[in-house]
Amino acid sequence: MELYGVTVGSRLLLGTAQYPSPAILADAVRQSGAEIVTVSLRRESGNERNGQGFWSLVRDLGVRVLPNTAGCHTAREAITTAQMAREVFETNWIKLEVIGNHDTLQPDVFGLVEAARSLSADGFEVFPYTTEDLVVGERLLDAGCRVLMPWGAPIGSGRGLNNVYGLRMMRAHFPDVPLVVDAGIGLPSQAAQAMELGYDAILLNTAVARAGKPAQMAHAFAQAIAAGREAYIAEPMPMRDMASPSTPVLGMAML
Amino acid sequence: MKILVNSEERDIAGPTLATALDELGYTCAVIATALNGRFVPARRRAEVILRDGDQLELLAPMQGG
Repeated sequence: MELYGVTVGSRLLLGTAQYPSPAILADAVRQSGAEIVTVSLRRESGNERNGQGFWSLVRDLGVRVLPNTAGCHTAREAITTAQMAREVFETNWIKLEVIGNHDTLQPDVFGLVEAARSLSADGFEVFPYTTEDLVVGERLLDAGCRVLMPWGAPIGSGRGLNNVYGLRMMRAHFPDVPLVVDAGIGLPSQAAQAMELGYDAILLNTAVARAGKPAQMAHAFAQAIAAGREAYIAEPMPMRDMASPSTPVLGMAML
Repeated sequence: MKILVNSEERDIAGPTLATALDELGYTCAVIATALNGRFVPARRRAEVILRDGDQLELLAPMQGG
């Protein structure tokens, strides 16, 4: 898989938040096989300097980071956060989130397109957290994005793919654009389903971090995503409404 | 002068953003700065003169999804 000219082996992008401990986070990243992890920027806390320790841990993992603009509700906030992230994390990659609703955390697609246009013009390589809306997808590509990341379901909900039809349409509409399902995945089977639809990768966090055994769940997701990808390449059979016997009817005994 | 650092009032001598960061103990920290809502790149910190009432944001790497 290629994302902004970078070849990536693993199709699982893993978030780094909500783990029971830094050691469990590190173990989960290793077990997931993920080559890209998402990170954020937050206020450095007083004397504790938690951010410095976290950054040291991530660097030791030897993975590429994808900083996000989580929590931003306007294009201006997201743009400023992206600029700050570029300096701290030394990458042009930005997972662009412009949140439009407190309850659903769904993207404000208008602010998203505005921020994507500005950031792309400023040299950023934007990974927009969007919906499955095709027109918004087109606007994001016009704005300079070369990856689209539609949600499966609201962030942290674990509901899987809320709109399979819409996601299938999106895959068909953008056959050459890397598409990553971002958010809402709760189970490996849901990740596999997205991969079977032809999605290029899955970005998730809570499903692993909140599992009883995060590292084991990370490994389970890695296997499911690989299986789903292989199934897509293997060209699944078409679905039928009626049964069709798999055992030959010809040659049945007269009993 | 008094400025707000991550919404907390701090008394600093200044005069620049760079000297304020030294004073606050962030000399070697991996942080990004924004002053009054605008990003200030590290290379410009020595040129930026602080004023009473300025709002400084100091952001560091953190866990994220």
